[in-house]
Amino acid sequence: MKVITANRLLNGDVVWLAEGGAWVERITLASTFDGKDAVAEGLAEGAEAEKNQQVVGVYEMDVTVEDGVIVPVRLREKIRAKGPTTHPQFGKQAQAVSA
Amino acid sequence: MYRYDEFDASFVNQRTEQFKDQVRRRLAGELSEDEFKPLRLMNGLYLQLHAYMLRVAIPYGTLNGRQMRKLAHIARTYDKGYGHFTTRQNIQFNWPKLEDTPKILEELAEVEMHAIQTSGNCIRNVTADHFAGAAADEIADPRPYAEILRQWSSLHPEFSFLPRKFKIAITGAPNDRAAVQVHDIGLQLTRNENGEIGFEVFVGGGLGRTPMIGRKVRDFLPEEDLLAYSEAILRVYNRYGRRDNKYKARIKILVHETGLDELKADIEAEFEKIRYGVLRLPDEEVRRIEAYFAPPPLEVGAATSGAVEARKASDAAFAQFVAHNLNPHRVPGYTSVTLSMKPIGGIPGDASDHQMDVIADLAEKFGHDELRISHEQNVILPHVKLDDLPALFDRLVAAEIAEGNAGLITDIIACPGMDYCALATARSIPVAQRISERFGTAERQAEIGELKIKISGCINACGHHHVGHIGILGLEKKGEEFYQVTLGGSANENASIGEIIGRGFSSEEVVDAIEKLVDTYLGLRVGKEETFLEAYRRIGEVPFKEALYGAA
Repeated sequence: MKVITANRLLNGDVVWLAEGGAWVERITLASTFDGKDAVAEGLAEGAEAEKNQQVVGVYEMDVTVEDGVIVPVRLREKIRAKGPTTHPQFGKQAQAVSA
Repeated sequence: MYRYDEFDASFVNQRTEQFKDQVRRRLAGELSEDEFKPLRLMNGLYLQLHAYMLRVAIPYGTLNGRQMRKLAHIARTYDKGYGHFTTRQNIQFNWPKLEDTPKILEELAEVEMHAIQTSGNCIRNVTADHFAGAAADEIADPRPYAEILRQWSSLHPEFSFLPRKFKIAITGAPNDRAAVQVHDIGLQLTRNENGEIGFEVFVGGGLGRTPMIGRKVRDFLPEEDLLAYSEAILRVYNRYGRRDNKYKARIKILVHETGLDELKADIEAEFEKIRYGVLRLPDEEVRRIEAYFAPPPLEVGAATSGAVEARKASDAAFAQFVAHNLNPHRVPGYTSVTLSMKPIGGIPGDASDHQMDVIADLAEKFGHDELRISHEQNVILPHVKLDDLPALFDRLVAAEIAEGNAGLITDIIACPGMDYCALATARSIPVAQRISERFGTAERQAEIGELKIKISGCINACGHHHVGHIGILGLEKKGEEFYQVTLGGSANENASIGEIIGRGFSSEEVVDAIEKLVDTYLGLRVGKEETFLEAYRRIGEVPFKEALYGAA
């Protein structure tokens, strides 16, 4: 299972593609894509958003769903989804919003 | 300190204006990311894991209080209240917004700073000994030459699209603190038998995925030939350096594949063509630049200070600080002070906006308004009166930058690693923090003595792990962080590349492994005066290997 991710052009924020072509700042709100064709469609949507100056560096990444919550597989993506492990006061982990 | 002339000021302002327009066009959709990326990189702006990252140049690591205060202001206003000093004497901001960067560059230009050539395949910030102009062992201040190289290399049209990046380092002292032998060009100031200044020249050193020690191409390059010879090296590299494979594109690979003799002949042939041309350095120009770096007026004082001795007797932390964080000054009564940016359990090289403000104040009050950033990610006050040390120390304690650990096991170099960096394969900072905590008591550090641990979070080696007495390289193995350990590296005048000791360690295991290595050293050294590196070079890897993996 995959999600599509990128950084927002304007401020560099990590974002994921969600329903309706929105780019959301929490991975838990991302759309998931199963299978080659679905991922290709997601990436095409990402490429379009890149052309429209919304995001940069679109790529797909592996996730699993644990207790109904989307969780990245790789540590790199876990850190991107939360913020620096050395600075719990910065990044998404610091935002006081629940999923 | 060097002051911008009208050429410097106008090109920095022009670049700021150009970048402002480039950002505008990017946001308006007139430039694609593919078009914009090389432009932003030429201005030091990267895209990292969580955000953009702006790397600001600190030429040869020298700055003054006003500039440091500006960096504090940028951290506070446009970032999250901190900056990170790098292993090339620069500073990085981890959270700037793209839309704010033109404004940041404008603010930097106000204090004669910029981010030009801190990225990209060009000649990067020239680095120098952080005790330059102050050290007792110095032949001459290397910074005038670094400044001359900066002027020559800034926006050099012929060298803006090199096969790969190009790094130059220079030291003015026989004890190399600038790691010149692991740079693309390393310059070691020297005097010939007539007492004239010149340079030993090394070419093709470097770290990264193929670490190599630089090869000497000149025993004595006269001062006047500095630029012509550098240009000759760059021309040969620009012509023959590989462009088919970015991992084989550095000059070290060219040296390796071509062979030293042939390459040297190419350089000399190119040099002969241009040595009497416009790049020949006029003596009066060198002396004019040198005048900018004239030392502050320092009154010769007693070699020891009663105030320092009295405080040492009553304050163990101060005694520890004095024992480790001072470097001998050429003027009796003065010393160069290392402000450790390595608090126990802290993040190597990070400084808060408040700390930067304090450092700026201290430079003005106690240090003739001079500051240096070391490639070891610390801050230096190069000219401090011995008698001022107790008062300075009190201010450092209040700002939490008073750790007396310079050169000790907790004075760790670490790259940002996977906590920030898009290239990283593992985290570096948390490993540094855990090692620092494990060995952090004053007694234990002092007992172990000089030991340089350097940690990189990927094979690109920004954390200089290859030249750590103990080097740690973070990799990914089956989705987990995994750390390879090397021993015996050194970046000084007796440079060496560390050797991999055996299979790597998990994140959980790696600090225990380091402790075993340290304990092995403590058990085998002939005395306290034999450092870890000396002991390793004397006895070799076998006992260390046995300690880690058991007898074969």
